[in-house]
Amino acid sequence: MKARHRFLQSTGVLLVFMLVAAACGDSEPTELNALVWCDHTDPALLQPFEEANNVTVNVKDYDGTGVALGLIEQSQPGDWDVFVVDSVDVPRVVEAGLLAELDPDDYPWDDFFADVDLPGTHYQNDKLYAIPEKFGYNTIAFNGDNVSVDAMRDVESLWDAEYSGRIAVYDYYIPVMEQVAISLGIKPADLTAADLPAIEQRLMDLKPHVTLIGDVVTTQTALATGEVDIIVGGGEFVTGVLNAENPAFDWILPNQGGIRWQQAIGVFADSEKQDMATKFVQYIVSPEGQARLATSSCYWAMPANSKADLTDSEKKILRWDEQDGFVGNSHPYFIPDADLDAAMLDVWTRFLQG
Amino acid sequence: MTQNKTPRKGWILTGPALIWTSIFFLAPMGMVIAYSFFRRVGGSIDTSPSLYNYQRIFDEPVFLDALKNSLEVVLITVVVSILVAYPFAYILAYRVPPKWQRPLLLLAVLPFWTSYVVRSYSWLLVLAKNGVVNGMMQTTGLISEPVSLANTRLATVIGFVHFFTMLVSLTIYASLTQIPDSYRKAARDLGASSPMTFLRITLPLSMPGVVVGAFLTFVLAIGDFITPQILGGGQELLLPQAIMLQVQRRGDFPLAAALSVILLVIVIAVYGVSAKRLTLDGK
Repeated sequence: MKARHRFLQSTGVLLVFMLVAAACGDSEPTELNALVWCDHTDPALLQPFEEANNVTVNVKDYDGTGVALGLIEQSQPGDWDVFVVDSVDVPRVVEAGLLAELDPDDYPWDDFFADVDLPGTHYQNDKLYAIPEKFGYNTIAFNGDNVSVDAMRDVESLWDAEYSGRIAVYDYYIPVMEQVAISLGIKPADLTAADLPAIEQRLMDLKPHVTLIGDVVTTQTALATGEVDIIVGGGEFVTGVLNAENPAFDWILPNQGGIRWQQAIGVFADSEKQDMATKFVQYIVSPEGQARLATSSCYWAMPANSKADLTDSEKKILRWDEQDGFVGNSHPYFIPDADLDAAMLDVWTRFLQG
Repeated sequence: MTQNKTPRKGWILTGPALIWTSIFFLAPMGMVIAYSFFRRVGGSIDTSPSLYNYQRIFDEPVFLDALKNSLEVVLITVVVSILVAYPFAYILAYRVPPKWQRPLLLLAVLPFWTSYVVRSYSWLLVLAKNGVVNGMMQTTGLISEPVSLANTRLATVIGFVHFFTMLVSLTIYASLTQIPDSYRKAARDLGASSPMTFLRITLPLSMPGVVVGAFLTFVLAIGDFITPQILGGGQELLLPQAIMLQVQRRGDFPLAAALSVILLVIVIAVYGVSAKRLTLDGK
């Protein structure tokens, strides 16, 4: 009888312990699943949040909104908790019902740089769905040992025979063609199919000077190995991580202007861990999270929060002091409609083949 | 009774492979062919069958140039790979003692053990302006200024040849080792010189190995996207790059499917030409 009583007692204790553990498990999620650009995969960014909240952040990186939407389509509702997406794509993501509404009071809007709010993107129908977190430029990156920064401030220099054979072009048609449009005095937002012949001609004029057209890694490698001295379409996201290796790797926004890209972060509408996901978003836009995100091992860029805990040398690499002028003189990505996009890609294909 | 059972047994044994092939090869291939007759209009696919994509491919120089570039690069690769591989295979088969042949063959296939992407990026570093090749040429006084080797068609060909020479070496070696020594000895006894023996006996009998290697090189190289993408520097488009451009950038799957079908037709045509020689048994 005694033995039976002891067995029942210990079984009861075990049962209570399991129920308590299960209850704790429900209230304190141990994992967050985030769909992100690769800069969010840096352990130096994730670890402080994971340790402070006793949570593991599982990250899956993608390289284009279309790819991200494909991944979401193949997932079950609730699989994902946090979504990092280009600011210009927030409206279509919201339209697809993917993002949860956020409370503006949870975020330090007063500390954000002017203009990063991009009207018509993060807010849809007066509701907030995503928070700006990082921005940068598709502009001109260069090796300062071989090319002067003053020359690069004038975008016309790219067509100068002096730089022939020393130029790489980032293989992404939208920002590069928009940069070329700016050099022709056309604002990206005003771009129409009628402008494409002039842009194509300008691109073809540049082609003889171009050594390679490639992705970020290929152009980065070419700059690092001395194959080229200039990357058209590059920027701090290309040179920031290389600066420790060679401080001469630099970037600039030309006086004529350039293209500004921007990322935002939001919480999935179907996430079952809304509180923890919101906490993660708050961490990312906090001064600590912003500094770590800005200097991520995948790519550097400006934090949206002006209070980011960056050192003076890090700020110098990001050309922090020139940001007011750069932001004012740059144009957010203009996403063309399907027809213009197809026409632009035709031009780009001919440029690649030309 | 036995005769009736044999075909049934054959079907049972080959059934799984046939089902697997039907599901994962024939059905997708059928879908690709069907898609090639569809048309992308705006953001959607018009499924009314038409030859629009094929007409576009033959009307727009950019696609014909991609086809031409692919054929040029691959044919150069095939010829150079054979020229490099044949002497290697010949020396291995006839000049190296049998006990050293296996270790040398193992060394020959070592490049296959590394990742294709890593190998391509490695070549990029080797061929860079401050890379090993330029460094050696400058040190030896061959050139005074570094020359552009990386990010060119030459770099793509070098990357291909590095990979496929080993493949061709293996097929030629397999053919050479199957030629009985008595054939060459008989030729020499009858007064043939060494070059004549090679031209009249060894080379013709090793041609199956050459053809198999050439065919495999052609098929693998013409469909390769990675090597030209990394080493070619995006200076010109090859057919696989043109296909990927349609898939990744504009989601024009029908046009990409039509380009893929053309690639398939080229491979089938090359197979048709070389089919009779696609054997390694020397017959």
